[in-house]
Amino acid sequence: MGLLSDPNRRRALINLLTRLNAPICVVCYMAGFACFMGLSFEPFTLRTYMSENAMGSTMVEERFPAGERALATGREFAAHKKKIGGMPVDWLVKTMQARGLEVFTQSFSRTLPFPDENKERYMVKGTNVYGILRAPRAPRTEALVLSASCSPGDENNQAVGLLLGLAQYFRNQIYFAKDLIFLVNEHDLIGMQAWLEGYHHTNTTGMDWTPLHGRGGSIQAALSLELNSHVVTSLDLVLEGLNGQLPNLDLANLFYAFCQKLSVLCTIEGKLQRNDWDSVSGYSQAVQTMMLMVMKQASGRPWGDHGLFLRYHIEAATIKGINSFRQDKTDATTIGRLLEGMYRKLNNLLERLHQSYFFYLMPSLSNFVSIGYYMPAFGLLAVILLLRALDLWVQLVTPPPRNEERVNDIAQSCPGVLSILIPLVISHLTGVALYMLPVRFQEMAVEHFPVSETEAVVLTAIAVYTAGLALPHNTHRLLSGEGTEQGWRVLKLVAVLYLAVLLGCTALINFSLGFILALTLVPVAAFVTPHVPKVLSAFALVFLSPACTLLFSVFFYQELQEMPVSFQDGWILYLSVISQGILDHYLYGSLVYPLIALLVYPCWLLFWNILFWK
Amino acid sequence: MAAHRCGFLPPLFILCALSVLTVTWTQETIPLGSHRAAAADSKPTDTKSVAQTTEQLAVEQRQWEATEVEEATSAAAAVSKQDNSSPEDVVQTSTPKPKDEFQEELVVRPLHSGDIYASFQFRTLWQTDFTRERKVSHYGLFPKSLGQVISKFSVRELHISFTQGYWRTMQWGQPFLSSPPGAELWVWFQDTVTDVDGTWKELANVLSGIFCASLNFIDSTNTVQPTASFKPLGIGNVTDHRFLRYATLPREIVCTENLTPWKKLLPCGTKAGLAVLLKSEKLFHSSFYSQAVHIRPVCQDWQCKTASWELRQTLNVVFDLHNSGQGKREWSLFKMFSRTLTEACPLASTSKIYIDVTDNPEGEQFELSPATALLSQAVVLGDRRTFSVYDLTQQITFGTVRSLNVLMRWKSSEGDMLRPLLHAERYVAGYGLQTGEIHTLMYNNHPYRSFPVLLLDSVPWYLRMYIHTLTVTSKGKDNKPSYIHYQPSKDRVRPHLLEMLVQLPPNSVTEVTVEFERALLKWTEYTPDPNHGFYVGSSVISSLVPSLVALDTNSTWQRPLFSTFFPCKEESSYFVRVYTEPLLVNLPTPDFSMPYNVICLTCTVVAVGYGSLYNLLTRTFQIEEPSPGLAKRP
Repeated sequence: MGLLSDPNRRRALINLLTRLNAPICVVCYMAGFACFMGLSFEPFTLRTYMSENAMGSTMVEERFPAGERALATGREFAAHKKKIGGMPVDWLVKTMQARGLEVFTQSFSRTLPFPDENKERYMVKGTNVYGILRAPRAPRTEALVLSASCSPGDENNQAVGLLLGLAQYFRNQIYFAKDLIFLVNEHDLIGMQAWLEGYHHTNTTGMDWTPLHGRGGSIQAALSLELNSHVVTSLDLVLEGLNGQLPNLDLANLFYAFCQKLSVLCTIEGKLQRNDWDSVSGYSQAVQTMMLMVMKQASGRPWGDHGLFLRYHIEAATIKGINSFRQDKTDATTIGRLLEGMYRKLNNLLERLHQSYFFYLMPSLSNFVSIGYYMPAFGLLAVILLLRALDLWVQLVTPPPRNEERVNDIAQSCPGVLSILIPLVISHLTGVALYMLPVRFQEMAVEHFPVSETEAVVLTAIAVYTAGLALPHNTHRLLSGEGTEQGWRVLKLVAVLYLAVLLGCTALINFSLGFILALTLVPVAAFVTPHVPKVLSAFALVFLSPACTLLFSVFFYQELQEMPVSFQDGWILYLSVISQGILDHYLYGSLVYPLIALLVYPCWLLFWNILFWK
Repeated sequence: MAAHRCGFLPPLFILCALSVLTVTWTQETIPLGSHRAAAADSKPTDTKSVAQTTEQLAVEQRQWEATEVEEATSAAAAVSKQDNSSPEDVVQTSTPKPKDEFQEELVVRPLHSGDIYASFQFRTLWQTDFTRERKVSHYGLFPKSLGQVISKFSVRELHISFTQGYWRTMQWGQPFLSSPPGAELWVWFQDTVTDVDGTWKELANVLSGIFCASLNFIDSTNTVQPTASFKPLGIGNVTDHRFLRYATLPREIVCTENLTPWKKLLPCGTKAGLAVLLKSEKLFHSSFYSQAVHIRPVCQDWQCKTASWELRQTLNVVFDLHNSGQGKREWSLFKMFSRTLTEACPLASTSKIYIDVTDNPEGEQFELSPATALLSQAVVLGDRRTFSVYDLTQQITFGTVRSLNVLMRWKSSEGDMLRPLLHAERYVAGYGLQTGEIHTLMYNNHPYRSFPVLLLDSVPWYLRMYIHTLTVTSKGKDNKPSYIHYQPSKDRVRPHLLEMLVQLPPNSVTEVTVEFERALLKWTEYTPDPNHGFYVGSSVISSLVPSLVALDTNSTWQRPLFSTFFPCKEESSYFVRVYTEPLLVNLPTPDFSMPYNVICLTCTVVAVGYGSLYNLLTRTFQIEEPSPGLAKRP
């Protein structure tokens, strides 16, 4: 503090910061990026360990014997499903009752804001069936959930079979202290959303559902099962949930521990773990895994049925059976035993899972990067914004050297609230338009253009986005007259601080989204002034805008999945990703679309505005 | 009255056949039809016993008459198998009056879901007055520990229950005596008690010692004074609720250490009688377990000139045959309790086993062995049930092997869910750690009768209920309660108390919702496992439910026509108390771990640093010109 309270030293420090501002910013940016890339290098990460005592030291035995019978039940389920052409509700109710469960159904209906072309649905009607296995001598205060979705076609029949097999097996066990809820949800996430809203009696998305009549108290943990073939070679763990929320790391540890115990191949993000971390390929595998997790988390959408549980503070994950045509196969009995072990340990929980991390990234199943390690990478990017803000502030308050122009300057240095406010308001109104118009005006668009509803929504969004580029910088000049030198500085100061706060908050909630946005928006915020070459900068600005970031992310994601696409396919994928993002918001309450439309895009427009300041 | 039957061992069953009694308080007795003719030719071996039997017969006939009167007076009492008035007064006036009396019985009911419900009741009656005589020091059958408690704390009525598990009304129907999960204690004090709260606290601590339970956690923050829901069950017309205290501990875990002291209160302990069956390794291997102690004053005779004290110890347990029997549907006393019966408690005046055979009139559902000729009928919870009776005081019951092992084999499979006339459920709605909503659903499944229920809700202070958000809706319409008693909570002093009288329309669901805010506790107020959540006790729904017997229009069978035109009052409705499930609510909880300490430290550092930083930001610095010293001044 003594350093700052001495005016001379303070001036020296400020001089240093302003003089070396650009180099420091560049160094910070590089360091931030390098720091991020270093996160997946194994010596820099921590090995996972079980934090929860109740799950760690207690041993359980897995004895589930009836894998083949479960698969047979799955086949029976498939036959009934085919016969009815949908969810065989009556058969499920009867089968669950025969297994000694209390069975309840819930029907729901939902009309999507516009047709979902990926899953080909618009007016959705369905029924969830769930059975509760009451734990002996338990007062119905705690429950665990196992869910499998009933998807159209031939998918997930084995999961339903295994779920019923486990229900039958668990019915004869005496050690359960928490009620077990076996849920078969129709229309995957929509059914799950209806069930969870019904269970907690909330309505966040305007869905119609009938109230539930059987409950098991507060749900402590949930697993969701996806098995699509009789042959499973490895199990994949999916963690990313709605808005980039993750379950407690102990759930992943639990899965990993049982995979090790039963020697089942397990993956995360579909990537096997490698032991050669010091080789280039080993490192690149870890980077790929972590980048996949970052991309998925940043998208803010639920990547499995478990994703919707997280909002209700229920730790949940999806276990996916993968058939990758390897030699060593895992039979249904082993998967059943794995689930049995996991449920028995979850049953031992005395408290909700809370001991381990909620904020983490995983370069492999056995290693993790905690929030304490990855936040510095983001911090290095965010500090650039603060340095630029400091620089601008110093430029604004330092009196110019010549005295005779002083009076004139003072008049200039107060550019007036209006000249700042108007660009702010206009850019935010554009953001509101981007948020509201696509869904509101789909009918009108469909009437006037030869497109489907979904295309109409996506194209309207792109049109509004592009129109926003033209609109603000023209109007502001008309309103406030000639822009001054001080004017753009004040505007940029506001914009830079705004961006810093925005990114900071985003990164705290969803690190991946915050980091990706920071990676592209921080350079824009740092270099843009009205004095840089217009055409080149405009191109760079568009290149680094949120929409283009999304486009690159789509290609990058495909590259990471080792399924590269051509530009044509990539563009189609891009359009469907936009429609999915908007649907996620309306169906499940994902916040990424409103965040981009209402806050990030207007903020970016401010920088666009500064570039064309006159 | 007597039903005769010839079993497979005719000579041994003669006595049995002759001493058959049917204890009922309704008039019906089912003769066993075709079976009884066979016993007619068997010779009476013991004339003395025959004489005895006829005498008893007379007693029993009187007994049910007296009972009807009794039942009418205490309709609120949950069902009781034995009448409260003692038959000795009526018949054995010449014999010296026994000062105390002990009865024991076990009711076994095969449940709709395929489970087995066993309910023990042990009743000790003592004609004494704890209040008037200064000191009662000679104890017979009545346990001294409880007697001292009654006299020391001037208790008028005491009801305490320990329950592990939740009674599944939808699968099991109504229990004989309901109780909430965890511990429940409610006490009426004599009106001579001046410091009720102090006495209550002290009583809870004493009971905590007697029953090895955590009743010492009962304090003002979980005690309420219900105004309407808990009326005295014994005699006495004191209804000033200032002398009533009610508390539940939903978190209480009930296990062997609570059973052992409870068993010690029995006159025979676990040495003889039905209590032999109470082995904890079997009792706690069940779906539901509940033990209770009820103490109340009752009438000594039907004129009610003198009062006596009744101690009723009950133990209810539901066994899951699915678990233990591997799907094989058969049970026996040995299978349930890993013991058989060899004798009644010698101190007991009656000792009986009742098996509910209502659903099995022709033996098509299950078969019972050894067969018994005794049948009894009773209206239990508004439903007419038939029971097979085994009288343990008769040697003949035990047969040649000198041990009784009642065995039952099922033939049917598991049934669908029941639709009990009244049932309730409760849950917390909403998400996040700031607010929430408590929903209580009450189902009236009666096809055409509406009936009122009393709802009692006691919510801890750390859920701040917003009473203005209270809504009561049934069938989509607002249902205005005719009586609401609400006592707001005081932080760290007392809980919320909400009592309502709501009319439930026929065939409807009534939903009571109230919003709450979760309080942030002080850091020392969190439990050692704060992330487990905090319990909210069950709400209590008390009601007079229209009975199934009254519903049954064909109830005229076997009854004289003149008696059945108007619905009989005591049968038209019955008292039921339903408890909802307790709630587990998560409160905002700080992370009591290393990061928490780090946050605390960081905050301290920031707080220290903030002062100087603020100073720097607000002060303007100017370089002062060195002024000339004082010495140079003129």
